[in-house]
Amino acid sequence: MSNEIKMPALSPTMTEGILSKWLVKIGDEIRSGDVIAEIETDKATMEVEAVDDGVVTQLLVEEGTQAVPVGTVIATISGDSGDDLETISQNKATPQDEPSITSPVIEPVAAPAKRDVSIAQVMEWDGPVKNMTVREALRDAMAEEMRVDDKIFIMGEEVAEYQGAYKVTQGLLDEFGEKRVIDTPITEHGFTGLAVGAAFGDLRPVVEFMTFNFSMQAIDQIINSAAKTLYMSGGQMGCPIVFRGPNGAASRVAAQHSQCFASWYAHCPGLKVVSPWSAADAKGLLKSAIRDPNPVIFLENEVMYGQSFDVPDTDEWLVPIGRGNIVREGSDVTITAFSIMVGKALEAAEKLSEKGIEAEVIDLRSLRPLDIELIVNSVKKTNRLISCEEGFPFAGIGAELGMQVNEKAFDYLDAPIMRVTGKDVPMPYAANLEALTLPQSDEIVQAALQVCYKEEEI
Amino acid sequence: MPRKPNQTRVKNPSKSGRPPKSARNLVNQKPDRNTLLSMHRDMLLIRRFEEKAGQLYGMGKIGGFCHLYIGQEAVVVGLQSANEDKDSVVTSYRDHGHMLACGMEPSGVMSELTGRAAGYSKGKGGSMHMFSREKNFYGGHGIVAAQVPIGAGLGFAHKYKDDGGVAMTYLGDGAANQGQVYETFNMASLWKLPVIFVIENNQYAMGTSTPRSTAGTALYERGSAYGIVGKQVDGMDVLAVREAGIEAIEYARSGKGPYILEMKTYRYRGHSMSDPAKYRTREEVDAMRKQHDPIDHLRDLLLREGIEEAELKLQDTEVKKIISEATDIALESPEPSPDELYTDILVEVAE
Repeated sequence: MSNEIKMPALSPTMTEGILSKWLVKIGDEIRSGDVIAEIETDKATMEVEAVDDGVVTQLLVEEGTQAVPVGTVIATISGDSGDDLETISQNKATPQDEPSITSPVIEPVAAPAKRDVSIAQVMEWDGPVKNMTVREALRDAMAEEMRVDDKIFIMGEEVAEYQGAYKVTQGLLDEFGEKRVIDTPITEHGFTGLAVGAAFGDLRPVVEFMTFNFSMQAIDQIINSAAKTLYMSGGQMGCPIVFRGPNGAASRVAAQHSQCFASWYAHCPGLKVVSPWSAADAKGLLKSAIRDPNPVIFLENEVMYGQSFDVPDTDEWLVPIGRGNIVREGSDVTITAFSIMVGKALEAAEKLSEKGIEAEVIDLRSLRPLDIELIVNSVKKTNRLISCEEGFPFAGIGAELGMQVNEKAFDYLDAPIMRVTGKDVPMPYAANLEALTLPQSDEIVQAALQVCYKEEEI
Repeated sequence: MPRKPNQTRVKNPSKSGRPPKSARNLVNQKPDRNTLLSMHRDMLLIRRFEEKAGQLYGMGKIGGFCHLYIGQEAVVVGLQSANEDKDSVVTSYRDHGHMLACGMEPSGVMSELTGRAAGYSKGKGGSMHMFSREKNFYGGHGIVAAQVPIGAGLGFAHKYKDDGGVAMTYLGDGAANQGQVYETFNMASLWKLPVIFVIENNQYAMGTSTPRSTAGTALYERGSAYGIVGKQVDGMDVLAVREAGIEAIEYARSGKGPYILEMKTYRYRGHSMSDPAKYRTREEVDAMRKQHDPIDHLRDLLLREGIEEAELKLQDTEVKKIISEATDIALESPEPSPDELYTDILVEVAE
């Protein structure tokens, strides 16, 4: 009897990995618990252990193969004991068990990756492009800026030797050295305040929060020190600093690690808040954020790190802060979204198109300042607005957006403004409940049908 | 003669009355006559300034919170006599004395207290939030202990730029119980940042005495777990403060890392103007004033050294004049223009 070993998912958001090394060869007898391979995930290099005893009969994926999808059969072993035994990796990672099937958390991850987003939809650029992940785009943005301004440094937990908890800072330590790529202790409140002081002292810090959830430890320094000091000093004391890191839900990490802080930070004058979706915007906005003389909150998304997009192949690709982007033109309803929700909004737009509704999808990109003009102009055309965000509904970005459109384009509305948001609960752990909590493209479709008064056709 | 209040934030150092402080070796140097006189004058300036601020508060000319430094003058004056102009200074909300000791214009500070356009922050910061890039004074922070990691960040910047500067980071005994202080101690020691943590122990965190709030009241030892040298100093004796400051600053400037100075001091006034002062007796305050006043102490010493009473009298007159002029400007300057409401929120960026 032969057992298949499949490419395991070794992190909550992993969809593919690199099979970096086989530690067994064909004919080897292995016992349960033996390490059989090394696999590089989006976060780290991990060892895969066998659960079965047996003899390796086939190695189906060569060492060094990149982008092996989770669930791919990578080896077979002849099993002499029990047909039901599987490897740990299979237990964790067979598509049947993978939360991506029951939970849409990972489903939308894959969706934008498969969608070959044409660069024309994202920005105006007719030069050469390079396909890269959001992760690589962020890294390149920092590296390019650090090459031209030696006052820029990056600090945070595991940004240097570990190469970044999510590998966003990979290679920066090698290029720029430990003076400019600084591992901090686990001390968010302290290093945030320290970085703010360094910014007052004429440096340009880029602070990585391992996730924005941890920025709550430091929010006093962000709001009271970084955001307000320019005003309190009558314009003397600018604070050029970028706070960046993954924001929002990852996958199955529950309430304390799954929260969108967009509306928290966007609430406060003195901060700029951006949250890109595509790799091109991630790069262009991060470069703009680093060059900006103000404190900028840069909200990334863990699930998006591995998604690939075309990015203009130039060191001078800047996306201005404060400008939204129409990623899909349409005439029937305006759908706004930011970060991961842009992918879901586009997905919804495709489904709506099949039903004869053409949605205009706006990637907000920047939450403060908000490109309200772009939104209002779109609403004047479509007369309908749906705001999408992963965060809580109460006092969320959608609340602000709806009120501003109410103030500026009330007469153009043919239907109430609707929100599609995360549910008003702390994020649950169970896969099914998590799926219910996160806003899905079908909910956007439903909202669009409703505001287009097409409910009866469903 | 009417003054022009909007032109008071001049860069002319005459009012601050001190020569530039550049690199110099002060270790084992007794302060000369001029230094002693200058320290006396600076302490007097702070005392008279704060007395006037107290009066103006009582008259309703200063609003909100107003934390007076009276009694603690020797701490900042002694330390500022030991550092250099390139060093940066950051402190809490009890900051008027620090600003004057950094050479900021009394009229600019007083005008900020009265919320006027001539203030250092155009009237938008108030007592607790004032800054001067020109004088390397980085505030004026209203959140207890928030200035501590910021001070370490200023030290980080000095080290990063290799400019030889030291960050003077002041905090109170109350702030010494905030968690971010220890996060900062850890990083400052780990990275050998040139920072002097000056704990101004005036013995009351608002209304709570140190023994009531603090397990282990030897605050200078608070850095020992992080390998930070600490020293307790009589903060009512400006010469002792100066000497300890010289040693600490030399230590930090030479690359050995941070240093903690616990200054045992005392504030005569309440925590803020609205302090009912039920937590200590009048006798206690009077005893400190009579027996340990830092200005009287230096004055006695100067007289013993043969300085003429008349010379001190002259200083007194000069200081009174400065304060009187500053007060006139602070009361005559217009309030900030309504146009200022929406300025200085963000640095404008040309696209």
